[in-house]
Amino acid sequence: MSTTEKDGQKKTKSRWDSGVTPYAEMGYWNPDYEVKDTDILCAFRITPQEGVDPIEAAAAVAGESSTATWTVVWTDRLTPYEHYQAKAYSVEEVPGTPGQYIALIAYDIDLFEEGSIANLTSSIIGNVFGFKPLKALRLEDMRIPAAYVKTFPGPPHGIVMEREYLDKFGRPLIGATTKPKLGLSAKNYGRVVYEALRGGLDFTKDDENINSQPFMRWRDRYIHAMEAVQRAQAATGEVKGHYLNVTAATMEDMYERAEFAKEVGSVIIMQDLTVGYTAMSSMSHWCRANGMILHLHRAGHGTYTRQKTHGVSFRVIGKWCRLLGVDHIHAGTVVGKLEGDPAMIMGYYKVLRDGFNKKDLSLGIYFDQDWASMPGVMPVASGGIHAGQMHQLLHYLGEDSILQFGGGTIGHPMGIAAGASANRTAVEAIIQARNEGRDYYTEGPDILVEAAKGCPELNAALEVWKDITFNYTSTDTADVVVTPTSA
Amino acid sequence: MRLTQGTFSFLPDLTDEQIEAQITYALSNGWSIMVEYTDDPHPRNGLWDMWSPPMFDLEEGEADVVMRDVRACREAHSHLYVKVVAYDRSKGRQTSALSFIVNRPEVEPGFRLERQESHDRVIRYTIHSYAGLNTPAGERYGGPGGDLAPVIAHGAKSNGKSGE
Repeated sequence: MSTTEKDGQKKTKSRWDSGVTPYAEMGYWNPDYEVKDTDILCAFRITPQEGVDPIEAAAAVAGESSTATWTVVWTDRLTPYEHYQAKAYSVEEVPGTPGQYIALIAYDIDLFEEGSIANLTSSIIGNVFGFKPLKALRLEDMRIPAAYVKTFPGPPHGIVMEREYLDKFGRPLIGATTKPKLGLSAKNYGRVVYEALRGGLDFTKDDENINSQPFMRWRDRYIHAMEAVQRAQAATGEVKGHYLNVTAATMEDMYERAEFAKEVGSVIIMQDLTVGYTAMSSMSHWCRANGMILHLHRAGHGTYTRQKTHGVSFRVIGKWCRLLGVDHIHAGTVVGKLEGDPAMIMGYYKVLRDGFNKKDLSLGIYFDQDWASMPGVMPVASGGIHAGQMHQLLHYLGEDSILQFGGGTIGHPMGIAAGASANRTAVEAIIQARNEGRDYYTEGPDILVEAAKGCPELNAALEVWKDITFNYTSTDTADVVVTPTSA
Repeated sequence: MRLTQGTFSFLPDLTDEQIEAQITYALSNGWSIMVEYTDDPHPRNGLWDMWSPPMFDLEEGEADVVMRDVRACREAHSHLYVKVVAYDRSKGRQTSALSFIVNRPEVEPGFRLERQESHDRVIRYTIHSYAGLNTPAGERYGGPGGDLAPVIAHGAKSNGKSGE
């Protein structure tokens, strides 16, 4: 630090001359920077334009995401600018991928408003992703220091409280999204919910785009869905829930719907990622205050999480959502119909659930992350999964997860309730076998066939979906040969 | 109806051997074990009666100790629900890790859904167990003088998995 300042003194004249000075020379590159425990750290994947020096590119990212503008301004000198400047402190080429670099950048905690994901993201991903000297830019991971974590509310309830609320332990929770997504009347919608819940599911769900359309207004849906939930509770003696989607055009509409969901006795509501970080944070506060579990559907995330060179990794979105506070979030299935490399998805699940994440580049985790006792978020696996994959789902996703079989329940040849029973029997059979010490991953198909002998519904499910897999190459994978040298 | 609370209610009732295997798994994780029973299986009843104090200090090979409690509780309350709960005290968990029914009444009459019609089509719901709506604790499910004793005497059987 002292040598830098000394250099700064020597260069004072040129540093403050009007005009354009390289970002690296303005203090946004500092390979000797010692990271503070309270710094926010970012790992960016940088693809500079031809001829742009990667260190200058990294310094530019640091500059544009903190204090800098394109030209020298004397007003910097009214501030302790060294403190507020972000510092790129490491740039390494991605092995085997010429032209791409991982840049690590440190931001002082003073740059950010307490408890505001909107503020954090306006800085970190605000302007810089359109910056011309870069071909592409991706935010791979962030280390949120414990001091900043503690300014956020976290999940309204978290995994432990949700399980105690529902009185369901020792197995993944299972659910289904009501299908068809669009077009059902409120009464028919209630029928699907009732059949799925009485058949054995814990939850049913509004789809992301079910809000309040002409074919079914939100209030009518809520009333019919709750009749279904209550009847299913009476039929089974279990707590059941239907995620009532409160996503709407304005925050006032969202509160109105949430209040009504509470009035009709729902244990859970949901919102879509499309409502934005501030709206999500507001609903999080409301849910904590009103004892409501909060589910988040990550509608739209694929537009910026999927491509490896540009955008924001889902592990970062997951961290932001854990901080602002949701109880559930969709995080991938590994084996279903939607994008997801197994190692990457395991990384997302760890970021959402664990109390401490150890740096592990094979999982895409670039930094140690201490969650400072913040409760975990329940990851949700949804999209093209069925009972015959239950052993794989448990293996990849673990016990603290929600497995949602929409088509895999409602498309069952014997009916919706039968589809639900098949899924519930399958998950219980795999858990039982695992606990008995069996190699449930390898023996999974046999375990399910055994269980199906006493359960014709499961037998039918295994029969109809036995050959269904979605084997496509993932676009987002680990740079497995990365050899980290920086701390 | 069949009460489907607990981790394994969709499987056939567990044999003693299968129960013991689950307890061994719990002990191998360092979890403590509780045996609990109730005549009030309302889904919101999180406080079943404890048969004995939680068993904190058992080794992996001592599932038989728990089984003695399971059998004793089942014998004393053969007409009631009995469950085994494994508790994980580790930091960040501090809650149940496994919870499964090991005894159920011969007849499970289920729950009555009551609707109170309120304003603007809003309905307020509550559910009551058919066993014991007006019966004091200890006399439900065919306990001495219980309200299901005549039903059980006539040999009614518990039916399938679902339906009220």
